[in-house]
Amino acid sequence: MVATRQMRPRRRTSAEVQKLLEGLADSVVTAARNGEVPSFDIPVRTLSNVSFNKKKRIIELGKNTTERRFFDLGTAKKFMQTVLVADALMSLQREQVTTSLREIYYRTKHTIKGTSENTFDDQDESDPIIEDLEVTLSLLREELRVRAKSWGTIIGPITLVDAGDTVDCTRQGIGGKTVPSIVEPGYVDIKRCTADFVLMVEKDTQFSRLSEDKFWKRHNCILLTGNGQAPRGVRRLARRLHDEWNLPVYVLMDNDPWGYYIYSVIKQGSISLAFESQRLAIPDAKFIGLSSADPEKYGLPRNVGIKLNDTDIRRAREVAGYEWFQKKEWQDEIKQMLRSGLKYELDALAHKNFRFLTTDYLPRKLKEKDWLD
Amino acid sequence: MRDLRDKTAAGGAAAAAVSPGADAGITPARGGRSEVPPPPSRIRRPDGRIAHEMAARQRDISVAEFFQKNRHLLGFDSPRKALLTAVKEAVDNSLDACEEAGILPDIEVRIDVAANNGGPLPPPSQADRFVVTVTDNGPGIPKKNIGKVFAKLLYGSKFHRLRMSRGQQGIGISAAGMYGQLTTGKPTCVVTKIAGDPVVHVIELSIDAKRNEPVEHETRQYRMEPGKPVEISFDHRKAVWALEHGTCVSIELVGKFQKGRGSVEEYLELTAIANPHAAITYVAPDGEKRVFPRGDDRLPDPPREIKPHPKGIELGTLLKMAQDTKSHWLSGFLSSDFCRISPRLAEEICKAAGLNPRMRPRDLVGQDAEALYKALQNAKVISPPTDCLSPIGEKAILAGLVKTIKADFYTAVSRPPKVYRGNPFAIEVGIAYGKGDGDAGGGAETTQPELLEEDAPEARAEGEEDEEETELARVIRFANRVPLIYQQSACAMYKTVLKTNWRQYGVAQSRGAPPQGPMTIFIHMASVWVPFTSEAKEAVAEYDEIVDEVKLALRECGRRLGIWMRKRQHARAEIERRSTFQRYIEEVAEACKRIKSGKLDAERLKKMLEKIAEKVTGGEETDRILNAGRGPGAEEEERLEHSVERTAEGLKGEVPAMLAAGMMATVGDAETSVVEETASAGGNAGAASRTDRGASPGRGRGGAGAHAGRSGTAVQPCLFGGAGQSAMGGATGKAQKGQSGKRLRNR
Repeated sequence: MVATRQMRPRRRTSAEVQKLLEGLADSVVTAARNGEVPSFDIPVRTLSNVSFNKKKRIIELGKNTTERRFFDLGTAKKFMQTVLVADALMSLQREQVTTSLREIYYRTKHTIKGTSENTFDDQDESDPIIEDLEVTLSLLREELRVRAKSWGTIIGPITLVDAGDTVDCTRQGIGGKTVPSIVEPGYVDIKRCTADFVLMVEKDTQFSRLSEDKFWKRHNCILLTGNGQAPRGVRRLARRLHDEWNLPVYVLMDNDPWGYYIYSVIKQGSISLAFESQRLAIPDAKFIGLSSADPEKYGLPRNVGIKLNDTDIRRAREVAGYEWFQKKEWQDEIKQMLRSGLKYELDALAHKNFRFLTTDYLPRKLKEKDWLD
Repeated sequence: MRDLRDKTAAGGAAAAAVSPGADAGITPARGGRSEVPPPPSRIRRPDGRIAHEMAARQRDISVAEFFQKNRHLLGFDSPRKALLTAVKEAVDNSLDACEEAGILPDIEVRIDVAANNGGPLPPPSQADRFVVTVTDNGPGIPKKNIGKVFAKLLYGSKFHRLRMSRGQQGIGISAAGMYGQLTTGKPTCVVTKIAGDPVVHVIELSIDAKRNEPVEHETRQYRMEPGKPVEISFDHRKAVWALEHGTCVSIELVGKFQKGRGSVEEYLELTAIANPHAAITYVAPDGEKRVFPRGDDRLPDPPREIKPHPKGIELGTLLKMAQDTKSHWLSGFLSSDFCRISPRLAEEICKAAGLNPRMRPRDLVGQDAEALYKALQNAKVISPPTDCLSPIGEKAILAGLVKTIKADFYTAVSRPPKVYRGNPFAIEVGIAYGKGDGDAGGGAETTQPELLEEDAPEARAEGEEDEEETELARVIRFANRVPLIYQQSACAMYKTVLKTNWRQYGVAQSRGAPPQGPMTIFIHMASVWVPFTSEAKEAVAEYDEIVDEVKLALRECGRRLGIWMRKRQHARAEIERRSTFQRYIEEVAEACKRIKSGKLDAERLKKMLEKIAEKVTGGEETDRILNAGRGPGAEEEERLEHSVERTAEGLKGEVPAMLAAGMMATVGDAETSVVEETASAGGNAGAASRTDRGASPGRGRGGAGAHAGRSGTAVQPCLFGGAGQSAMGGATGKAQKGQSGKRLRNR
């Protein structure tokens, strides 16, 4: 536990963050003084600049950067926008407030003097700039005081201290407690945790089923859901539980290429947020289901399957090609899905009976340690 | 009636008497017509003579009936179109007469709301009766021919002359007079004077619909001393005649006045483009006056008449020609009545058809005729001569476009004549692009011109930035210098514009649509015989040869436009770059200052950044100039042939001679549309103004005193003194509301 704590990047103080942001303005002034065109080097955040670190088992951002020059027609506007966003982030630090991406957009949007041109036309322009700054300055979004949507839920034998309120997650009704987007120590502290493992569920339907059936109580676990692609808060909290409380993490997804990818993001990190893998990825996470072998094992008939469409097939092949899916068991898994030509939703388990997931499927899976790594 | 002018008006005074109907194949004015039919009797013995008389009689009646029942064929199907057609016929006549007589045409078109029996005049938009008055400075018409010109249908004929002529659009001014007569009961009023003859004739006449003969109601003569305008009484109005020679016709008719597409104004605008040698003044019923100044002081070459080419005729025509020929032998008929057939070739053709070259052409019937027709089609005959055409020419097209359309770039292509089905034709295309404000538009991103603080534009909300103008190009079509207004989408010329790929020339275009942008495409077909798709004669049929020529001409114009656009965009991009950096420097410097909690000299930072920006753009600018002589820049510096462009210093390129000489204003310099001081010129107060105009008869250009204040717009003098204006002033005593101060926009 001590070791893992050291792995976590040290949280920067507001003063440090401010210094980094000021550094941007300083670089502009310095360049201007030297008669040079001011520019920022922004790391590239595409597939071409990520690599799978086999040793650490996470996706890492490469070294490629792109130069954002002020006096270059292609990047001039982005340069100006970067400075504006830095300014807005600076005022967040001074005022000690946390805000959303959308509010940053409105804060920085205005019409340029004497023209009808706006600094930003829509939020799609400002969001990537914030991510650019996160990477460029190696700052976490939390440190920049920008939050994403809260889009996750937790239930189980765990007590959190969230913004000074102590929340017992065994007493949150059937809906559970919302996981905020920033779960760094200081924002959210884990006061007590007695669970044996973490179960991350793809969809709300299964989460509600497990919650209603008090699955977490019987199996002493923490239930987490991110409603589809898990947001940073959920991933970070799972990672903290894994790191700080040594809990194994199991992932329960639909049996389709998208389920595979969501799992891989939890496990190794994503391409667009590769710079965050270090902090978010859980290389030890296991894929508990629904796997391509399950329908046969658990007696799901063909007629509750769904035919793979062209997009599914293309995506499955794409996923099979990723470096971090090259393990034999995974190649077999994907091949089996393509061979059967079918995908299955977790909901299909209800074909047997409504509580099949709680009473039969998961207990047997856990007992047989039937998961993919 | 045009044709009558061909015969009578040539040279002005010395009009030879022409026997009517000599060349009119379908004229009813043949011998038997004037015979009195035998008294009615129930029983008669059938014999051939009576049958012939009946046939003749039926023809007589059919002329008037034809019109009454077939108005639409003549362009009088709706009140709106009727008004336009009346103007069109009169203007075509005037242009033909002037050109034939070697006079640069000065034409004035007036449309007035007709007097309402002393009641108040309805506003033009609601009026249903108008007086169309068209005045020209043509040679005038001898007194005895006036009736036949203006009040006899199907008099004379161009139908069978193979010559490039305006014609083809209707059956002339008499049809307009007839329409007026039918709808209002009012006679046609004509004023005419021949040079050298001091007498001004004023005649009111109508058509005897039954006999198709003119009926003169009232004739008056006035004596005019040279150079001294004379007051005349005209259509119950007082007016002043000031022209040494010319004709004025006035017709009252039921019509509907409209502006915009398909309006009289548009028609005259287009006519002015295709006839830059003409000066046209238009006074609308609301008193607005628009002047289309002359843009070219050369008259077009008179087109020559040619004989039919064997490939261009049909069997029926061949038969008719064989009947009408003066030749006694078949071979002689072929070699003398067709072009490009030598006596030797004629013999060969006869042989090929298995006919005796010495046979009488009149005996050519049935299978013999078909055999000859086939032999003609198969014979190796060279193409017809093409020098019979009188295309407008690049210079004149440019003059027409420059003087009428406000744009930044003009170009024109006049293709060499080609032949379709034995008919020579030539295609001419012109393009006017831009809004005339120096903004190239289209293609490049919208610019952000530097604006003063006080009129900074309204801030834009999210989603608003994508609203871009998608103005479609305007295609203007002409056949033998006559604008084609209707049936655009059925026309081969228009369809070819759609099929042309404009994107390769830097102009946006949706699939199957005309190109986008502030653009006017001019297409003219000059031919001895324009193939129209239908009787309405508004759309050119799709012959491969014609389509190919239009395509080639459009491409050449497009290529030049493309070169100009690239050049323009390049220059704009440079300016755009600099201003982009300028705009952002302010933002960046202020933001840096805020980040540094105000501990930063933003003004100094701005200055430093500006210096760097200038160095960056300036440096590359220099590169561009250095590269101008070679590499990709070289092509752009190439001088574009037959093109005019608007630059900051004015028009550059093949600027029309008259414009270059300062003898003409363009729409770019001053909008030609001015509100006429109708009221002051009309009524009693108009005397001074009238005299002023009267002092500059004909086509003097200096007499525009009344317009002197209008930013130098060249204004032709009012031809027909105060006739129309007096009509406005005198008959109604009101015209002041015309002075709305509104300006017509060119586009």
